Amino acid sequence: MAKIEFRNVVKRFGAVEVIPDMNLVIEDGEFVALLGPSGCGKSTSLFMLAGIYLPSGGELLFDGHVVNEVEARDRNVGIVFQSYALYPHMSVRDNILFPLRFKKTPRDEALTKVKAVADLVRVAELLDRRPGELSGGQQQRVALARALVKEPQLLLLDEPLSNLDASLRLSMRTEIKSLHEQLGVTTVLVTHDQIEATTMADRIICMRAGRIEQVGTPDDLYLRPSSLFVASFIGSPPINLIAGEAEGGTVTVNGVRFPVDGASGSLTMGLRPELLRFGDTGFAGRIAQIEPMGREILYVVETGMGAVRVLEQGSSAGHSPGEEVKVSFLPENSLVFETERQKLIAGAHVRAPG
Amino acid sequence: MTTIADQLTIERRGHAGSAARRRTNFVIFLGPAILLTVFFFVVPVIIDITVSFTDLSRSLRISEFTTEQYEKVFRTDRRLSQVIGLTFIYVFGTLAIFNVTFGLILAITTTAIRNVSGSFFRGVWLLPRMSPSVLYILLWLWAVSPTEAGLVNQVFMQAFGLDAPLDLLTSAPIALIIISNGFIGASMGMIIFTAAIRGIPEHLFHAAAVDGAGTFATIRFITLPALRWPISFVTIYQTLSLLVSFEYILLLTKGGPFYDTTVYALYVYRRAFESGQYGYGAALALFLIVIGVIVALLGWRFFDMERLLQRPRIEVH
Ligand SMILES: Nc1ncnc2c1ncn2[C@@H]1O[C@H](COP(=O)(O)OP(=O)(O)O)[C@@H](O)[C@H]1O
Ligand SMILES: [Mg+2]
Repeated sequence: MAKIEFRNVVKRFGAVEVIPDMNLVIEDGEFVALLGPSGCGKSTSLFMLAGIYLPSGGELLFDGHVVNEVEARDRNVGIVFQSYALYPHMSVRDNILFPLRFKKTPRDEALTKVKAVADLVRVAELLDRRPGELSGGQQQRVALARALVKEPQLLLLDEPLSNLDASLRLSMRTEIKSLHEQLGVTTVLVTHDQIEATTMADRIICMRAGRIEQVGTPDDLYLRPSSLFVASFIGSPPINLIAGEAEGGTVTVNGVRFPVDGASGSLTMGLRPELLRFGDTGFAGRIAQIEPMGREILYVVETGMGAVRVLEQGSSAGHSPGEEVKVSFLPENSLVFETERQKLIAGAHVRAPG
Repeated sequence: MTTIADQLTIERRGHAGSAARRRTNFVIFLGPAILLTVFFFVVPVIIDITVSFTDLSRSLRISEFTTEQYEKVFRTDRRLSQVIGLTFIYVFGTLAIFNVTFGLILAITTTAIRNVSGSFFRGVWLLPRMSPSVLYILLWLWAVSPTEAGLVNQVFMQAFGLDAPLDLLTSAPIALIIISNGFIGASMGMIIFTAAIRGIPEHLFHAAAVDGAGTFATIRFITLPALRWPISFVTIYQTLSLLVSFEYILLLTKGGPFYDTTVYALYVYRRAFESGQYGYGAALALFLIVIGVIVALLGWRFFDMERLLQRPRIEVH
């Protein structure tokens, strides 16, 4: 197990600076998620941890030791690639055995370990097959077994669930999570799926264009997103963002007036669809669209400020398209951002009109 | 409403239509290949077989049909066993040293080093293949010239203090024909292997590095297994082309000294066109054709080409 530290880490590919300056500490035994849109440098960061890419600057530390120059094979990390990268011409057994070959583990002991880890990820009955004969989920487990068999001090997962179908993704989420609880190995999960990150990780590192936007628990990121970017990235369906001008304690948007505390100037209000409700007060609108989502119903409400999403519990719609409604919310559930800098104004809230 | 009978009629008509279409497609797609095969393989083979049963010679007159040529092949031609032995050494030596092994080494090393210099070295190794064969052999003739002006002799005499110039064309003719062919042959393997190595998903190399494999282990466990099909292909293809081609040998040594570098194909040529024994040449050539077909079929089976041709050559997962 290892404590990981990025100190001013820079990564360039030729002239392109993909990671300008990364600072991050991952505690021993922690499960963190690197979350961000595609192309923001998540895999690049992960590959630097694995030793596949060398940092162009700064220091990377494992347990306080600089590992910049340590080769991949000497780092004792396990990695699951997005494509799984199983060796196509080897049986599943040989795939899992492969890392032990270079650890000079005696054959008997190695086979015992393979058996144990295969049992752990439930691929024991597949040992004689080739990767080409496995389903996506099975390949994923084999890749996991190969990463775990050497008892790595760090487990790296690069979008491990993105190639699985929805139900399998759900069960693998729980499985990986419980595997982590069982083994206690420091784990870094890369994902662009905020649900994956919030359900699996202890802490989320939200990245944007090579920079860390916010680090925190899933709750931190949901309740107190530090920027508009994080606010819109976390949460499903996405947060409603309404921009307006505050003057004399009131934000006015197209004639609708929201009383505001603790902020002034150009503001953007963030209202989570699941924290909005229909009532007798609030801002007015007309139901434009209804999307049943199982136990919840998503309403798209056309208002003077644009379309607003409202999520209601329940499986049957209490409103019908075209209906005039009023939408309100509790002040403490509102977020207020500076429009210019896109940053959260801590402690500022708006109230529903009326 | 359509009845079941109607549907059957429709289905049958549909089938009839598609059968006609299938026939048309067959002609369109396979027609050219079949024509080429007939004109450039079947017809020549028939002519060859016919001529091999005659006594056609320099006079270009056929006076009788005879099996005398085949008697010669099996009974009286003493030189034949030497020619066959040499052919074996030549084909196997060129393949094993250059076309496959050296081609592999070139592909692996030039893909491992930086892209630009890798391309440069591959370009250098392609040059002999691109230069006209006569020019290429002229350079060789200069290089191995038995006088002090020859390149090899200059190097050996000046750098290693050799006293008298070497005459490699006389003392090591077999090595010369293997090397001169191999320098050209290696580039084909190099190109095919390079393409195949480029086609290996990069993540496999990353995975191997993380799993602890060093350079040689990566070549052994990742690169070479992915080259199984290309290696089979190059081996079969080059065996066949080495068996039937002889122009470099003809230009470099003329098959000599005496018959020392006369491989089978060149022997056929010398018999038919130098000695004017067309009938005998035809009989000899027939064996070459048969061997060629057998090697191709053996390769097909031995290397499991059929299965490999149908599946993607490089598996991506
Ligand atoms: N080997 C490479 N060479 C050049 N550019 C690269 C390389 N790997 C990644 N990049 C670039 O770095 C950026 C981040 O890539 P990546 O880390 O793969 O993003 P993510 O995993 O977050 O989707 C992308 O713009 C990508 O084009
Ligand atoms: Mg990625």
